[in-house]
Amino acid sequence: MTYIRTVLHIIALPLILLAIWFVTTLGETSFFVPTPQVLVETFTETWTSERFVSDVFPSLGRLMIGIALSILIGIVGGLLIGSFRWLRALLEPTLEFFRAIPPPVLIPVIMLLIGIGDEMKVSVIVLGAVWPILLNTIEGVRSMDEVLADTSRTYGMNKINSIRYLILPSAMPQIMAGIRQSLSIALILMVISEMFASTEGLGFAIVQFQRSFAIPEMWSGIVLLGLLGVVLSFIFQLAERWILGWYHGLREIEQAA
Amino acid sequence: MTSEHSQPTNKVISQSSVQDTPDGRIPVGKTMPGEQPMLSVQNLKKVYHTDGGDIEAVRNLTFDLPKGQLACLVGPSGSGKTTLLKCISGLMAPTEGEVTLHGEKVTGPPKSMAVVFQEYGRSLFPWLRVAENVELPLKNQGMDKTARREVVAEALEAVGLSHVPKSYPWQLSGGMQQRVAIARAVAYKPEVLLMDEPFAAVDAQTRADLEDLVRGIWKKLGVSVLFVTHDIDESVYLGERVIILSSSPTIIQEDLLVDLPDERDQLETRSSQRFSELRHHVYEQIQLAKKGFRPEDAVANANA
Ligand SMILES: Nc1ncnc2c1ncn2[C@@H]1O[C@H](COP(=O)(O)OP(=O)(O)OP(=O)(O)O)[C@@H](O)[C@H]1O
Ligand SMILES: [Mg+2]
Repeated sequence: MTYIRTVLHIIALPLILLAIWFVTTLGETSFFVPTPQVLVETFTETWTSERFVSDVFPSLGRLMIGIALSILIGIVGGLLIGSFRWLRALLEPTLEFFRAIPPPVLIPVIMLLIGIGDEMKVSVIVLGAVWPILLNTIEGVRSMDEVLADTSRTYGMNKINSIRYLILPSAMPQIMAGIRQSLSIALILMVISEMFASTEGLGFAIVQFQRSFAIPEMWSGIVLLGLLGVVLSFIFQLAERWILGWYHGLREIEQAA
Repeated sequence: MTSEHSQPTNKVISQSSVQDTPDGRIPVGKTMPGEQPMLSVQNLKKVYHTDGGDIEAVRNLTFDLPKGQLACLVGPSGSGKTTLLKCISGLMAPTEGEVTLHGEKVTGPPKSMAVVFQEYGRSLFPWLRVAENVELPLKNQGMDKTARREVVAEALEAVGLSHVPKSYPWQLSGGMQQRVAIARAVAYKPEVLLMDEPFAAVDAQTRADLEDLVRGIWKKLGVSVLFVTHDIDESVYLGERVIILSSSPTIIQEDLLVDLPDERDQLETRSSQRFSELRHHVYEQIQLAKKGFRPEDAVANANA
């Protein structure tokens, strides 16, 4: 019963919005706003054909690599910076500066430096998405429980085991929060990076449709992006529940007390 | 070091009275001549340097812990008990003086020492299950898997937790969590076990059970135990010896032998005449400590 209710909660608002959309476009033939039926048709037509391979695949590939690199760099860098006070003192002001630069403005510079290929697009994604993970990891390492750290020291835990069993898991709630933020940033930057000097990709396709006045196609690209975001966040939630199961259980008990 | 039948009726010997004991009794708590002390604390002083100024948590402490002894440290809140344990366990460097284990100066956490902290909720790894928590130090030592499994099962059995190896610590009650921490220490097979007010946060019934558990483990393993508490009854019930700390800045107020029978029982021991005499004495000393009576000079002489 609760399962059905959950499903209802999830689909209620989309259904209402669809209904409003359906009603307001009924009998109207605005060039810029397609009716739901048209959009559904266009969507399947546009994205199940070879475009899936030529545009969606490369985009997804770059997105995944960008996210993976951000997570890797963010966590490894965060562990290092968080573990050494002097390193943190040395780097933190500079990091704040780089973090404050909106990544899209770096695109022309990166294009000059490393060209217009996949490397450029992945770099843009990483340059934007790495910050929340990096800063959250630093914070997570810093906020280590003192008693737990003392316990590990008294049992003579070596470096590798400390990272594996103490530092990483203890920072994990913050790291996951950082990754969640990074996912949406990565998606945005994936699209933006494809709007510059590109020949394929989702962002390229959407801009292309817009320029050629293929309005329903353009809309269908936007819908696809939205769906992509939903799928990403769904996968993230599954992973989070698996990795942070202990944390949610602990929190529940603490709140009940 | 055990029963001393030949002694006069008042067996409570305070360190402050050592130098004028007519019959030349050995100061209780100090290591006997010829015996190598397992753990030795010499002129330990700890001053915390904070933004708000210096805090002298421990002024001057000297005592030995012989092999296999169960000694209790009692002292009022804030008297530097945790500070002392952290210095002994090598987590913190003393400002002055030193701690030696088997004659070697302690500079970092020694291999043969295990610590059970007061905050059980914060000393167990919440992301590891009960058995994994107990297993981790062994894994870190490179013990192989089958041996590990055996030792873990044995340790959990010893604390009566064989039925919850797969639970997470936070799913257990406070008393059970502290048992897990004890099992982890037991599985580690230390020579010295330090316990910092391990039962301060559990209810009275659980506490009594845990006290008996600690005595049982101590006897079985033959470890030296230094048990910190602020509970006078607990210190007398548990220990072979009670070291009373003064209030801050801390020195040893008194170091006394607990001459209760080796077999202790929550009901019988606690209702015995000797028990109440001893607890009365400890209570008095702590009251004196609170009033600011300090056997400082005497201790200084005794240490000289
Ligand atoms: N990290 C620290 N920095 C500064 N002062 C500290 C620190 N830790 C303890 N102190 C101070 O040192 C004194 C002794 O503290 P400690 O925790 O060792 O006492 P305790 O006997 O363990 O007390 P309790 O019975 O409450 O656990 C206190 O005055 C305390 O405020
Ligand atoms: Mg304390």
